[in-house]
Amino acid sequence: MLSKLRLLRPPVSPGSRILNAWENKNYSDKKNGRGKTTPPLIQDEFSTNPKSPTTTHSSESENNNGWQNDSKNNQSFRNWSLFGGAIILSGTVYGIYHFDIMKQKKDDNLITEENTNAKKIRKLVQIPSLSESIPDNIQYLLIGGGTASFSAFRAIKSADPTARVLVISAEGYLPHMRPPLSKELWYGDDTEMAKSLNFHQWNGTSRSLFYEPEPFYTPVEELTTAKNGGISLARGWKVESINVSKKKVKLNDGKEISYDKCLIATGSVPKTLKLYDDANEELKNKFSVFRSISDFEDLWEQLGHIKSIAIIGGGFLGSELAASLANKGKKNGVKIYQIFKEKGNMGKVLPKYLSHWTTEKVRNEGVEVVTETEVENCSLENNKRQVNLKLSNGKNISVDHVIMAVGAKPNTELATDAGLEIDSKLDGYLVNSELQARTDLYIAGDCACFYDKQLGRRRVEHHDHAVISGRLAGENMAGAAKPYQHQPMFWSDIGPSVGYEAIGIVDSSLATMGVFAKGNHKDPSLLANETDQNTLTNKKETNEELVSKNNESISENDYNKGVVFYLKNDVIVGIVLWNLFNRMSIARQVLKTNRCYKDLNEVAKLFNIHGDSS
Amino acid sequence: MSQVIKDGKDTIIFATKEDHQSPSKVILSPPEPSPGLIFPDGSINWNCPCLGGMATGPCGVEFRESFTCFHYSKEEPKGMECREKFTAMWTCMDQYPEVYTEGLKDDEEFLNKEEQAGETIKNKEANS
Repeated sequence: MLSKLRLLRPPVSPGSRILNAWENKNYSDKKNGRGKTTPPLIQDEFSTNPKSPTTTHSSESENNNGWQNDSKNNQSFRNWSLFGGAIILSGTVYGIYHFDIMKQKKDDNLITEENTNAKKIRKLVQIPSLSESIPDNIQYLLIGGGTASFSAFRAIKSADPTARVLVISAEGYLPHMRPPLSKELWYGDDTEMAKSLNFHQWNGTSRSLFYEPEPFYTPVEELTTAKNGGISLARGWKVESINVSKKKVKLNDGKEISYDKCLIATGSVPKTLKLYDDANEELKNKFSVFRSISDFEDLWEQLGHIKSIAIIGGGFLGSELAASLANKGKKNGVKIYQIFKEKGNMGKVLPKYLSHWTTEKVRNEGVEVVTETEVENCSLENNKRQVNLKLSNGKNISVDHVIMAVGAKPNTELATDAGLEIDSKLDGYLVNSELQARTDLYIAGDCACFYDKQLGRRRVEHHDHAVISGRLAGENMAGAAKPYQHQPMFWSDIGPSVGYEAIGIVDSSLATMGVFAKGNHKDPSLLANETDQNTLTNKKETNEELVSKNNESISENDYNKGVVFYLKNDVIVGIVLWNLFNRMSIARQVLKTNRCYKDLNEVAKLFNIHGDSS
Repeated sequence: MSQVIKDGKDTIIFATKEDHQSPSKVILSPPEPSPGLIFPDGSINWNCPCLGGMATGPCGVEFRESFTCFHYSKEEPKGMECREKFTAMWTCMDQYPEVYTEGLKDDEEFLNKEEQAGETIKNKEANS
């Protein structure tokens, strides 16, 4: 009994980049802290004023304040056990617990499927089935059930322990994280695990895509009467309109709900191609977008019986998915094409040379990457089993399936009726730096166009931003009145050899300065003159490319690890940490200085690019 | 020696280890404060991600009451007066096995380890 008391050590970042922004610190990510001792939960409690490990520029370590080593953990354990306590800081710490999603889904009878021509039609089942069960008025109303909303309800409940929070989600699933859908879930050999939406994190532990299991949520019927309030979900329900002056929303069946505070966190919807919009149903069935769990499940299943897929789009999603599917489809001989109009993968994000380098990596994964090309037309062929894509480079490609990864559009359909302003340039609901659109109405996540006092007006479509903005909105809804200050980061993993994290404005149209670790391999002086100041022309780069073809290992070493600064008027506005982890807080500090540096190589030194990449 | 390559608006430096060995001349402002579970003033940060869903889940209030009592306890041994609050918390947690099971499971593992450790000590004693 005594040892029921459990102060579980939170994995430094197992939950990883996923939950990273939750705390006002960046202990991030998946690759961070690899091999480090994971700090336990409670520290300050037992060792007053613990000295955080301080190296001048230690990145994550200083942020791990509050963490101790194992022996200290046991110490805290003993202290707690004195009164026979059982604190089960369960796996909920970072949600490492596993629960049987499959069972849950079955229980929920959440989604029924029908087969029509090869393409699944999913019917959403509403929970609760009748809107009468949903309260008529609620203290906190959150529209949307994604990451921003999850982050908001945590913040609200933390600030206001007996808060009554109602989440109305058009999605049928419990709140979950999306990043692993195009990454981790495709790696690993355990099919059952992936099907149950569990995945391995960098540190070997596994976790569910879902933030919390179903019993975490208060049944919606009990929300008004529950002694300590709670967080309830109305799934499969959609808010049709908001009356901001009357502080009321209307559901798709006409039911009205009054709120004290409301959050719009409706995320974004995948864009489609015009040629798809114009196509007939039969042809449309060969196309899909990729965003939700259902999209993942459909694609997973399809991969079992199709032989070729074309991914259109060269951004984050397209590139991650191309590498992931190539890896997954290797055994079955599935051919993956990636087609996009940029010159290289992530061409809008990474400087040209790095984008090209990434494309080579994606090709090494077995993907046939077709650059600077658009799809001009498409038609069914081979007895309607395949799609023929007519490309702008004059070629034709026949594939069994096409995935459109051509970006997303913020879901702002509530704006017009509510009289909310949409940013004409960046799209998204216009909000102030407190994420407020109107009195008692807040916006967070993909669909918020907010004011960042350092980098100006922005809209960000990344997981970490959803976490940070959701939390901030939640805190402000509970009365905090804080501005947006903490810069979100984002990350991408493209196959096993490319992983990066970034912060700030990362746009390849900006001037950049990349500092890479020169390896101990064969002297690459072949590529450039060896002087500190010698600058070379583009011609040299061509030489370099030539050499890189002759000697892959040199080229690999060249951009293996490093840091890239993005500059606007010589001021650093964005930073990419290339295959370099555990350094995000340094990047955040550098960005914060908001100044012009004469010698960026000196700034690069802060990142210890020759050190252990994790 | 490090090398610099210019590619249009993009500049690339391949820096040698030696070049980067000397400390950077750039001095950064201190990092953003990042409170853990306990704020510098000694109060509890209920928003700490280290708590996972503990403070926000179905037994969040019971958890907070227990932990608050313990944290501010002046009794010897610490937390003696919090027994009731903890009992309330466990009672609550027992109602949500799916939410709190994993912690219990961990706990059992811990128990076993403790037992094993105990046995090892005994064995050692026996051997010596």
